[in-house]
Amino acid sequence: MELLVASSIGMMTAVGIFLMLRLRTFPVIVGLTMISYACNVFIFASGRVVAGLPPILSKDATAYSDPLPQALVLTAIVISFGMTAVLVMIALGAFFEAGDDRIDLDEEGAE
Amino acid sequence: MMSHWIIAPVVLPAIIGAFTLLVLRNTLVTARTVSTAATAILLAIALYLMWGASHEGPEAYFLGNWPAPFGIVLVLDRLSALMVALAAFLALVVQLYAIGTGWDAKGRHFHALWQFQLMGICGAFLTGDAFNLFVFFEVLLIASYGLMIHGGGRDRLKAGVQYVAYNLVGSTLFLLGLATIYSVTGTLNMADLAAKLPSLPEGDAALIRVAGVMLLMVFAIKGALVPLHTWLPATYAQAPGPVSALFAVMTKVGAYAVIRLYTLAFPADLPATGPLFADLILAAALITLAVGGLGVLGARSLGRLVAFAAVTSMGTLFVAVAQFTPEATAAALYYALHSTLAAGALFLLADLVLARRGQDRLTAAPRIAQQGLIAGLFMAAAIAAAGMPPLSGFLGKLLILDATRGPWLAVIWSGVLASSFLVILGFAKAGAVLFWKSHADTTPPAPHAPQPLAFVAVGALMAGLVGLTLAAGPVTAWLATTAAELHDPAAYIAANKLGGQ
Repeated sequence: MELLVASSIGMMTAVGIFLMLRLRTFPVIVGLTMISYACNVFIFASGRVVAGLPPILSKDATAYSDPLPQALVLTAIVISFGMTAVLVMIALGAFFEAGDDRIDLDEEGAE
Repeated sequence: MMSHWIIAPVVLPAIIGAFTLLVLRNTLVTARTVSTAATAILLAIALYLMWGASHEGPEAYFLGNWPAPFGIVLVLDRLSALMVALAAFLALVVQLYAIGTGWDAKGRHFHALWQFQLMGICGAFLTGDAFNLFVFFEVLLIASYGLMIHGGGRDRLKAGVQYVAYNLVGSTLFLLGLATIYSVTGTLNMADLAAKLPSLPEGDAALIRVAGVMLLMVFAIKGALVPLHTWLPATYAQAPGPVSALFAVMTKVGAYAVIRLYTLAFPADLPATGPLFADLILAAALITLAVGGLGVLGARSLGRLVAFAAVTSMGTLFVAVAQFTPEATAAALYYALHSTLAAGALFLLADLVLARRGQDRLTAAPRIAQQGLIAGLFMAAAIAAAGMPPLSGFLGKLLILDATRGPWLAVIWSGVLASSFLVILGFAKAGAVLFWKSHADTTPPAPHAPQPLAFVAVGALMAGLVGLTLAAGPVTAWLATTAAELHDPAAYIAANKLGGQ
């Protein structure tokens, strides 16, 4: 199971980085979303990967999984959701103003 | 006992921001009054907290009364109180400028976003928990996204997309770093980290180094350290003038986080990491100095010139931070105070010029309204920013050079002095083109409203710089105690009452 989790985190990060380096806003946003998925799984795994153990007190539990990363990942998911939504809105605004969704500023060096 | 006052800098802007958003969004005059009054009260609270922190030492505020490290704590100490006061002062002055120039009328939610921005900044300065630091970073970022694109426009929105995307990557890195730290130590409370990291098992040293470097990269993005500074020039040049001026304190959030975490949790005598972070910061800071100096020299618009001057000042600041000695940290704090005010003043002046010229390219153009006053203020602010006597920039750089020790002495001295020279040259060239060459053109300047409040705001920032220069003795003495407290964090850790003592 560790192998599965680790390789899926790695795969999503790689895809995310590849997409992020594109020159259009849409792939960049998808790439950022992929990276934040990878990040969420990573946070989840930071409490050690265990199966079938309860995170909260229970009478017949022999061991527990760490509840804190689950709380952290919830915060991270909410925040990355909100941030992505803001990015989409700003990107849409830029698209309607500029007429294209190229990510680079025109005449960047020359202003 | 400062007790509940510690949370006031977070709660007050949060309430006022929500209130402004829901109730006052259609009444500009009331929104201006309420928001400015709230920022003034915030400044008063910050000064009271500063007084308390310097008399009673660090104090923790346990949210929900949960004991650390299980609950979230805010910790008030000299550094956090100082930074909150600095942010509140800058915000108040710049807010007056935004009102005086009518910037805040160009969109409906300026004051609400302004308050949320302050909430995030104050929270980031006060929190004693690394994950909570991330949350406050996000609060200040999401407000800054709104402020950055305030007023709209094609170029601003495009620069906004870059800014948001860059910071989203930064946030992801922050989370990855925090998760790694948690998986190694099982805690994210900063004081608890400081207590646990020295006894880390050998096998986890590599992980903690990776996590430390990831966090350092996040703070380097915020603090505009090369090579992670690339978002700054476009953002600062495109953002509305008053917003860029407030962002002058945002780069200091990055510097603050480095000073806080890397003196508390990752000091140079930590066996797992050693001087790794100090070396990385120093190298990046020296390159930042060069890039910033050359950027100032090569900039073709006033906005970019000032933005690169801000990059240079962050380079200077991080050169001092990287040495991690009490003397150098005290010098860094003095320079941070100075460079925040100086950068704020310069961004406001650049905005005044932009409003009167219609564009901010560094080319000869007819004279502008209120040219004499703006030119005089620009010269004073440029002298301060470049670090020439008699203003506080000179003192700040002198303190930094004086505190420098070790094998890198010659490189640091030449780097700081050479970059100062480039900045002086860049500002002299810009000032000559903007204000001198226009006299050749005898057409009368296009009329422009005098906007007295805007000049009062710039004047207040300059007065702050003069005050910082005149009161350099008491200020540096206070900062020396602050730095000593940072490098001997026993009191800070004890304030967290770990293990329920």
